Amino acid sequence: MPPPRPSSKLPLSWQALFSLVMFGFMYLPILVLAFYSFNQSPYSAGWKGFTLDWYRKFFSDTRILSALRDSLAVAIFAVAIAAVIGTLMAVGLARYHFPGRGIYRGISYLPLIIPDIAIAVSTLVFLAAVAIPLSGGLIQLNLWTIVAAHVVFCLSYVALVVSTRLTNLNPHLEEAALDLGATPVQAFIQVLLPELTPAIISGCLLAFVLSMDDFLIASFTAGGGTNTLPMEIFSRIRTGVKPDINALSVILILASGFLFFSAEYIRYRSEQKRLG
Amino acid sequence: MAQASTTPKSQNPPIELPRWLEPLALLGPAGVWLGLLLVIPTLLIFELSLVPGIRPGEVVNPSSLENYALIFQPIYLQVMIRSLIFAIGTTIICLILGFPVAYWIALIVPKRWRNLVLVGFVLPLWTSSLLRSYAWITILRPTGVLNSLLASFGLPPLDILNRPPAVFIGMSYSLLPYMVLILYASLEKLDQRLLEAAADLGANPQQVFWKVTVPQTLPGIAAGSLLVFITGLGDFVDPELLGGASSMTAARLIYNQFLGATQNWGFGSALSMLMILAVSIAIALLIKYGDRSATGV
Repeated sequence: MPPPRPSSKLPLSWQALFSLVMFGFMYLPILVLAFYSFNQSPYSAGWKGFTLDWYRKFFSDTRILSALRDSLAVAIFAVAIAAVIGTLMAVGLARYHFPGRGIYRGISYLPLIIPDIAIAVSTLVFLAAVAIPLSGGLIQLNLWTIVAAHVVFCLSYVALVVSTRLTNLNPHLEEAALDLGATPVQAFIQVLLPELTPAIISGCLLAFVLSMDDFLIASFTAGGGTNTLPMEIFSRIRTGVKPDINALSVILILASGFLFFSAEYIRYRSEQKRLG
Repeated sequence: MAQASTTPKSQNPPIELPRWLEPLALLGPAGVWLGLLLVIPTLLIFELSLVPGIRPGEVVNPSSLENYALIFQPIYLQVMIRSLIFAIGTTIICLILGFPVAYWIALIVPKRWRNLVLVGFVLPLWTSSLLRSYAWITILRPTGVLNSLLASFGLPPLDILNRPPAVFIGMSYSLLPYMVLILYASLEKLDQRLLEAAADLGANPQQVFWKVTVPQTLPGIAAGSLLVFITGLGDFVDPELLGGASSMTAARLIYNQFLGATQNWGFGSALSMLMILAVSIAIALLIKYGDRSATGV
């Protein structure tokens, strides 16, 4: 494929240069965080010497570590539940045509579009209406209310990714399995599920990152005693610039980057397999 | 309208399950979950938005539009308009910054590098949004990276943090990857033969761009703009952390009605309903005029 406009070379270099600047813009904040996380003086823009103190501080900060544990617990439970019911929903929507299917599908994608604040508010009002004790009492319950709220958007993301995969699937494989005497459950588990696994994992990783990042919904649905990582980070940023957050940022960014590449790699591998 | 891919049973399965059980098992759990935690709650805040009062239970005068009328008081109207300006401004900035990048990746970068370059561009999206805002604080604060850089060039310092420009920077930064993703999807489908044909027929590059490229990618531009607008309208973190006290937006106002000092759940619900309405209108416009295939990104 030749370049789009062979007659003019100038716009090409202009766009490349501009894009390069934009790449710099995208990575500048991340580089700044990394720079300060190793800088002895986090308040001066100049380099005052290399230190790992901020990392030591981070690993001995029990508040942050317990917030991290709460966030991980919420994300793991929410994503696990969403993976199961989101996948079932995607398969069901692909397979059945029934009155109200359009509405069902529309509602299932709403959490991708509605602002977090609206979801957060409605969940809080709902929890208040059914009188779940948000503060005091059972600490477990506080964690579970966040999980319940997170499942809503996690399940949308899982379903979206799985649906995309379903439309590219060969529907005859499952039919063949049924014809050969498999029960619907066997056909689902042994034929359809392996085909969907890469999409499910990919959707789960996306949902996991979004759950770990959510501040608003968690603040509205957590009671006292539960504190997720974004809630902890938010309160620290609000009370001034805290250098040990730099170390936390770098660790989180590395973890997210790792998850992202895992998701992309799994997706890439499954695409290759499908083409091959 | 019949069941799409279930096949007639050729042999007798060991146990004959009722036909309705399978769709119920597939669609039931998510349906119940969404019903309980999305549909009913939304109906509840709609109901609450009609109740002037403080908290649920403390009903003063059921079913009135008092809460909605409150929004039009100058003090709140100002917040709404500010939110709109932030969202619209961010959309324009993202479009101007994102189009050349998407164009470059979709049409100029060699095909085998395209995915990698695109992934590289959107990768920062996967990091914590709070920490990205925090990084911008570090850059924009009076003694921050930006001002040290300006000082080293002998330029006067900029006092941007806790002012609207910082909000525009933070929001544009957060939403640019979405814009690029959607514009890329749209530009990638562009029929390049049309561009060549236009050039062959004597159009100069600018004419080709405005008369062929832009009209062809208009649905993608609409989809990207609406997505950025919607997300920007509901953004809480960037205005809150970068904009300072004078940059209160709708999301913060809602937050205050529920978790802040000024507790008024009815008013907060009305604001929330207004936001859902604004988003619904935007989505309706998108379905009507936008590129639906590009929104699945």
